[in-house]
Amino acid sequence: MSQNTNNYYLPAPSLWPLIASIALFLMAGGFAMQINDITSGNYVLIAGALVFVYLLYGWFKEVIIESISGFYNKQVDTSFRWGMGWFIFSEVMFFAGFFGALFYIRTFALDWMSKSTLVWPNFVATWPTSGPAATEALEAMSPWGLPAINTMILLISGATLTYAHWGLMKNNRKQIIIGLALTIALGAIFLYLQAHEYAEAAFTMDSGIYGSTFYLFTGFHGLHVAMGTIMLAIILYRILKGHFSSHNHFGFEAVAWYWHFVDVVWLFLFVFVYWL
Amino acid sequence: MNKRTILSLGASFLSLFAVNSHAAYALNLKTPATEIASQIYGLHMLILWVCVAIFVVVFSLMFYSIVKHRKSVGHKASQFHENHWLEVIWTIIPVIILVGMAYPATKTIIAMKDTSAEEMSIKITGSQWKWAYDYLDQEVKFISTLSTPEDQIQNKAEKGENYLLEVDNPMVVPVGKKIKLLITAQDVIHAWWIPEFGVKQDAIPGFVREIWIKVDKPGVYRGQCAELCGKAHGFMPIVVEAKPEADYQAWIVAQKEAAASADAGSDKEWAQDELITAGKAVYEKNCAVCHGATGAGIPPAFPAMTGSAIVNGPIEGHLDIILNGKNIMPAWKDVLNDVDIAAVIAYERNALGNTVGDSIQPSAVKAAR
Amino acid sequence: MSTTTATHHDDHGHPTGIMRWVASTNHKDIGTLYLWFSFFMFLFAGALALGIRAELFQPGLQFVEPENFNRLTTLHGLIMIFGAIMPAFVGFANWMIPLMIGTSDLAFPRLNNMSFWLMVPAAILLIGSIFVPGGAIAGGWTMYPPLSVQNPSMSVDMSILALHILGVSSIVGSINIITTILNMRAPGMTLMKMPLFVWTWLITAFLLIASMPVLAGALTMLLTDRHFGTSFFDAAGGGDPVLFQHVFWFFGHPEVYIMILPAFGLISTIIPTFARKPLFGYASMVYATAAIALLSFVVWAHHMFTTGMPVAGSLFFMYSTMLISIPTGVKVFNWIATMWRGSMTFETPMLFSIAVVFLFTIGGFSGLVLAILPVDIQLQDTYYVVAHFHYVLFSGAAMSIMGAVYYWLPKWTGHMYDETLGKWHFWLTTIAFNITFFPMHFTGLAGMPRRIPDYALQFAEFNMISSIGAFALGISQLLFLYVVIKCIKGGPKAAANPWEGAEGLEWTVPSPAPFHTFETPPTVK
Repeated sequence: MSQNTNNYYLPAPSLWPLIASIALFLMAGGFAMQINDITSGNYVLIAGALVFVYLLYGWFKEVIIESISGFYNKQVDTSFRWGMGWFIFSEVMFFAGFFGALFYIRTFALDWMSKSTLVWPNFVATWPTSGPAATEALEAMSPWGLPAINTMILLISGATLTYAHWGLMKNNRKQIIIGLALTIALGAIFLYLQAHEYAEAAFTMDSGIYGSTFYLFTGFHGLHVAMGTIMLAIILYRILKGHFSSHNHFGFEAVAWYWHFVDVVWLFLFVFVYWL
Repeated sequence: MNKRTILSLGASFLSLFAVNSHAAYALNLKTPATEIASQIYGLHMLILWVCVAIFVVVFSLMFYSIVKHRKSVGHKASQFHENHWLEVIWTIIPVIILVGMAYPATKTIIAMKDTSAEEMSIKITGSQWKWAYDYLDQEVKFISTLSTPEDQIQNKAEKGENYLLEVDNPMVVPVGKKIKLLITAQDVIHAWWIPEFGVKQDAIPGFVREIWIKVDKPGVYRGQCAELCGKAHGFMPIVVEAKPEADYQAWIVAQKEAAASADAGSDKEWAQDELITAGKAVYEKNCAVCHGATGAGIPPAFPAMTGSAIVNGPIEGHLDIILNGKNIMPAWKDVLNDVDIAAVIAYERNALGNTVGDSIQPSAVKAAR
Repeated sequence: MSTTTATHHDDHGHPTGIMRWVASTNHKDIGTLYLWFSFFMFLFAGALALGIRAELFQPGLQFVEPENFNRLTTLHGLIMIFGAIMPAFVGFANWMIPLMIGTSDLAFPRLNNMSFWLMVPAAILLIGSIFVPGGAIAGGWTMYPPLSVQNPSMSVDMSILALHILGVSSIVGSINIITTILNMRAPGMTLMKMPLFVWTWLITAFLLIASMPVLAGALTMLLTDRHFGTSFFDAAGGGDPVLFQHVFWFFGHPEVYIMILPAFGLISTIIPTFARKPLFGYASMVYATAAIALLSFVVWAHHMFTTGMPVAGSLFFMYSTMLISIPTGVKVFNWIATMWRGSMTFETPMLFSIAVVFLFTIGGFSGLVLAILPVDIQLQDTYYVVAHFHYVLFSGAAMSIMGAVYYWLPKWTGHMYDETLGKWHFWLTTIAFNITFFPMHFTGLAGMPRRIPDYALQFAEFNMISSIGAFALGISQLLFLYVVIKCIKGGPKAAANPWEGAEGLEWTVPSPAPFHTFETPPTVK
């Protein structure tokens, strides 16, 4: 009895989940050691990361092979769409938690702190601030330099990605490749500029609450841009290998959704972390 | 096994009645000593009885059904599975009941939060694991810590009546006055709680939260820290003595005199032996909880005193860390007076296995503040 | 309706031995893994609780140093919540949802196995942290800073990272379940025809996806405050320790319902079976579940009434919390109306379900008492709260899990369990539970704070009773283990549908359920 192609595809037993578990164990354990000054933690962390890269390579390779072999029917495709949608929703909530924290600090906590005159006699609630115990003046990041340029870059990258998508729908290979390559290049430029901004910044992560929120929020966003850029590069590679067709390219769409999500997060960052 | 379990269950029920004879236990909230606490007491009784009434009605129906509508008595199942009117009714009625509960609760909340028109203010600072009281209008301040002897806790001595609910220096307040309490903390979150006052307020480091009390009648009121604050969380009680105005004023005068004589001590020249002797008491009261009575500490969180680089290093560094703290180590400059600090430094450097041999005068501590 | 599975030979073979489990892509095997994992964690965390109760048997310090006492309470809470209750419900979801909606497996079988196997490193990190220098995490399962930032032990970081891994596991698992329910129902199974257990899990999965990332954010901020110099929770740098509580409880309150909604689903499945009568008010049950879930996002600060909020905030959170009692009440009324004029029998699953309705309602009422802010001021962080959440989590969640295990054991093993022993287990558990936790209402009202290793003398009697009850409760669970193992090993053969009144697709497949079921979806009329 062979796999009925009309049936929902059920994968054979697989060791990838166990490898994922080992990778995360090594990374978490290594990280815990590393931040507690146990230097051998570095090796455990690197070993975990290597296993993780191997895992991503191997597992996705398997999925891609299954996809190309036509194991996935319409219903499986719908599952992928639901799955990716809910995954992005979980990411939205991750950032929503951070924005909620920022809102709380700026609207409530600093005000209450300025009224706690028995503890902080001279503190006045302003934003940005590095807190009542800070000894040096804080030089905040201006939104109208690199951050504004970065905003433009990400907005344009959203357009070039859509341009590539149109190419895919029309089976215009050249348009896809140009669009994708541009998007990847813009992602890379964004990351470079962001790194430059960090290097030039007059404050650090321990410059009180402003530095804390700035680096943690933009850092996590940057991490997402980096992941998105890598995923786009893989999609470009798959396009070159001819994996997608005009009617079957969810891999492309999933990454595109992700990229647009990362764009939107940036717009919120730009407004609430850099500008207001 | 089953039989034994049942026996032990039975025994536990029996023990409930056995202890009744010398019962100190309570079933309900403590007798209120303030207007707010009375309101809370009333609110709780109201809600409790409403809940009990609903509970009895609903579960009488369920048990009636369990008895009558069982297969073993031959009851045939009917197949109804909805009734819109019923469903609407049992949604509406609880709403009405809730409104009835919310109304008095709202009034109490508004009264609780009204800290205006206070007649005096006391700043209360929680730290691991003691309370500091600062009478803002009086320049009276002191520390209050558990006074239950360690032997009682370790079951080596008979436990006293107020076991774990007694302190060396209780907070003293006059009755009948609206007192604003400004509550904060030094290190981690604590919570200042006196059940009879209907007051429980988290003490949050870096923030001052305001509440108020107005005690109706004189008495001694006991509470405990109500927010997990580390290993001695269970050992930082709160005791408030409410006194008539005249007694309160007399107490204030006595406090000021004691502070003045302690101040005089810091200008006096102390012999090293005197300091070491005095330092032992200070150390055991304030330092031993983390660094150990023998100075062994609890590494890595709490370093040992014995052989410590700071204790055996320059005396200025030793003084600095005691005055200003570092990481987990709290700052003691607002807690201990000059004599105490000089004494504890002398003790740490010349006892607990350390033999540095030097000491510092209280006057020098005063100068270093 | 036909099941092709009865004659199905596994010629695309599945591995046997250890590989069957570690490499599984089968929802039933993974469900079994989840359930056993949860059972062992339940026993382990229960043993920790016995350590707590031993110390509290009498005033004074006897067995456990204060800091170790804090470690016991912290680990007991974390492991029971994340290691016992949540995985047990995921185990039920794995086993039963595909059977209930008539599909062959979950949408992403490999990710499903990953969700399970991520539990293992998390458990190793969490339990392993007991043995690192500085000892296990001791700041309570809520890990409030600054206490949890102050603790220099590596165990805090290990616990945070363990929770991160569990978060990944929960999010991936929930995406899997939600996708399965939305995309893989058998033809004809509309949303409003789904068994209520499936509905409660659909909503639970949504809560998990919405709340676990927020916990991840809070934990990340805690980790950077500990090691990377940030000041999110440090007032000196402009942060606020209370910020953590807001973010944590924005996760934490939905989390509470994550642990109770599937229990509601289980009860709503079992009661109609043994009342031989359809569930009363199916639609209102669905709406009530959704209402509880939505409200759970706007009540979080009722865990923080004593932090001192402005009047407006206090009133908002009190009112929204009180509102939750309405949909919850609707559920209780519906269950009783389902029993009303039925034809009831009282097998072990039914006994557990009735006890859950009765005891959970006590927990619900004490929740209403706690919702009233002025009263909460007196009761917050006392044993009253401990009593309250054990009435909802033990006699709500854990006992519904036990009832459901008895209910589906015949389907899982193909054998009937020992009814007499099952009833013994039920009565011992219920009685011991109440002996343990009912007196805590009194100690709490009288003013005993929670999380203390030693207490004033007026609390002595009730604490002694609680401790005796706790040991009886603990020992009773070994009987549960014995009954389950006995049922797996043998017993009277179970029919495809061993319960006279049970409805649903899961009862149309043979007992034990074959390795593959519903490879061709059934049609639901």
